Amino acid sequence: MAIRRILIANRGEIALRVIRTCRTLGIETVLAASKADLDSLPARLADRTLCIGPARPSDSYLRQDTIVQAALGVKADAIHPGYGFLSERTVLARLCEQEGVVFIGPTAAQIEAVGDKLRARAEAESSGVPTAPGGAVENVREAMALGRRIGSPLLIKAVGGGGGRGMKRVDRLEDIPSSMELAGAEAGAAFGDARVYLERFVERGRHVEVQILGDGNGRVVHLGERDCSVQRRYQKLIEETPATGLSADFRARLHSAAVQFAERLCYRSAGTVEFLVDLERDAFYFLEMNARIQVEHPVTEAVTGTDLVAEQIAIAEGRGLRLKQEEVRPEGCAMECRINAEDPARDFQPSPGTVRTAVWPSGDGVRVDTHIVSGSRIPPYYDSLMAKIIVHASDRPAALKRMQGALAATRIEGVATNLAFHADVLTDPEFETGGVDTSYLPRFLERRRLAQEVRAHG
Amino acid sequence: MTLTAKDVAEIMRLLEQSSFDSLSIEIDGVKLNLQRGSSAPVERTVVPAPATGSSRPPQSVLPKAKPPSEPGLSEVASPLLGIFYRAPKPGEPPFVEVGSKVEQDTVIGIIEVMKLMNSVCAGVKGEVAEILVENAALVEFDEILVRVRPGA
Repeated sequence: MAIRRILIANRGEIALRVIRTCRTLGIETVLAASKADLDSLPARLADRTLCIGPARPSDSYLRQDTIVQAALGVKADAIHPGYGFLSERTVLARLCEQEGVVFIGPTAAQIEAVGDKLRARAEAESSGVPTAPGGAVENVREAMALGRRIGSPLLIKAVGGGGGRGMKRVDRLEDIPSSMELAGAEAGAAFGDARVYLERFVERGRHVEVQILGDGNGRVVHLGERDCSVQRRYQKLIEETPATGLSADFRARLHSAAVQFAERLCYRSAGTVEFLVDLERDAFYFLEMNARIQVEHPVTEAVTGTDLVAEQIAIAEGRGLRLKQEEVRPEGCAMECRINAEDPARDFQPSPGTVRTAVWPSGDGVRVDTHIVSGSRIPPYYDSLMAKIIVHASDRPAALKRMQGALAATRIEGVATNLAFHADVLTDPEFETGGVDTSYLPRFLERRRLAQEVRAHG
Repeated sequence: MTLTAKDVAEIMRLLEQSSFDSLSIEIDGVKLNLQRGSSAPVERTVVPAPATGSSRPPQSVLPKAKPPSEPGLSEVASPLLGIFYRAPKPGEPPFVEVGSKVEQDTVIGIIEVMKLMNSVCAGVKGEVAEILVENAALVEFDEILVRVRPGA
């Protein structure tokens, strides 16, 4: 079925990103926006904007009934959920299936299968994809027994969690009972599901994920990997492709593991399989699958020349995969910096407000995905992502240099941003060398704090 | 390709000679809307590529409702996005008409959200002065449904 009109159930840069592809494809866009976003750039650029509710996400962006009613009301053929909000909520996908609106994403059953982290772990095991030592635990006695087997440090993870939410690190086995009780209570409150499981904590691990596309009938291709190890409290800050320092064989094993996992699910649409890479042990473990388009998808687009949103739409139209695996030939290196309205000097506190001036970089190999222009408001109700600056070059040193130039050409006034912080990371010798693990950024921050203290007292 | 002033003049001449009153075309992100006899015949909107540089954003989408016919009217806005029904059931008389007296808790319409019916009350005592939304129309959150002349 040809999709002629899409309701976009999201905001910010991803809403604009979807509008851009729709325009290229000649598809009409209707933006479902909260009252706080009626003045935003996506609201102005969509063919039509509907006000779906007040600013608070629970009264607007998170109301699946309102979203589907809006789609029916404007006779939209499909809903694009973007990322976050309702993108990975089974309820929206199911409601769409019931009402005959195309959900641009996986099936409700697939979202459910990967949303339950324990089930996703089991799916990984069944498809021959390695998982970190661990498993389900019903009670403290079982947890202690399993904990003794896998050893410390370990993680207690919420079955309903994901993306770093609902996790507790345990360094000593005797702390398992208290941590488990706390983790269970928190998970129950946050996800409505108090179940937890244990996993070995890999101390020097890298976060490497594989972008896949599936046609929903069992055919899956991968579009290479992204290294997202530069994280602060599980929030990714810089992403790049290819991942530095992986052997061709290791890389190939990683890619095929992701494909195997998605094939088993008969996965439909764009998705990402996340792995924890332990290079010291020459091993990788399945972390989770994200059943949506991801924030960092542009780095993959840069090196493969593929418009992932256009592929999502083609798959949703039932046109299947337009790419053969051998046609995916990533070229060069791409890197993305997430520019957030947050203040690194104040422990990265969000800094909402009005952007007085916004000057974004441009030029060869530079792409900026943003909804922020001079005069834009950053409401306090949503995440602080202002823009993604993406660069593409022949190799990593060239990409690094290009990113430094792009950041230097960026000027934001009116709100605090992490621009200067990004610039510092990019010139840090350890990051310049490449291949850092997820403990890098906390260490970098600590070094920076100490240096500042020395400067203040000396 | 890009549109030159000459191209636009040529397109305008063609429209002039045709039997149509308006024309809108889009070429490579350049939108051209022409209207016969309009005071602003050419409107050019350049679609920004992934917005780079500090460009002026286009028109806001905010203003929408037609202005009130008289001063001092109280507005009843929609509490939800949904389908607005003026009557309890198809074929039945509407909850209110222009001139109807309303109390604060008088129902003026129903908003359906996925088969869930939500009634909307006037919220003010007075007389219905304007009804702005047609029966079975999609209404947005905060859209003005009716205006009431407050009074005894």
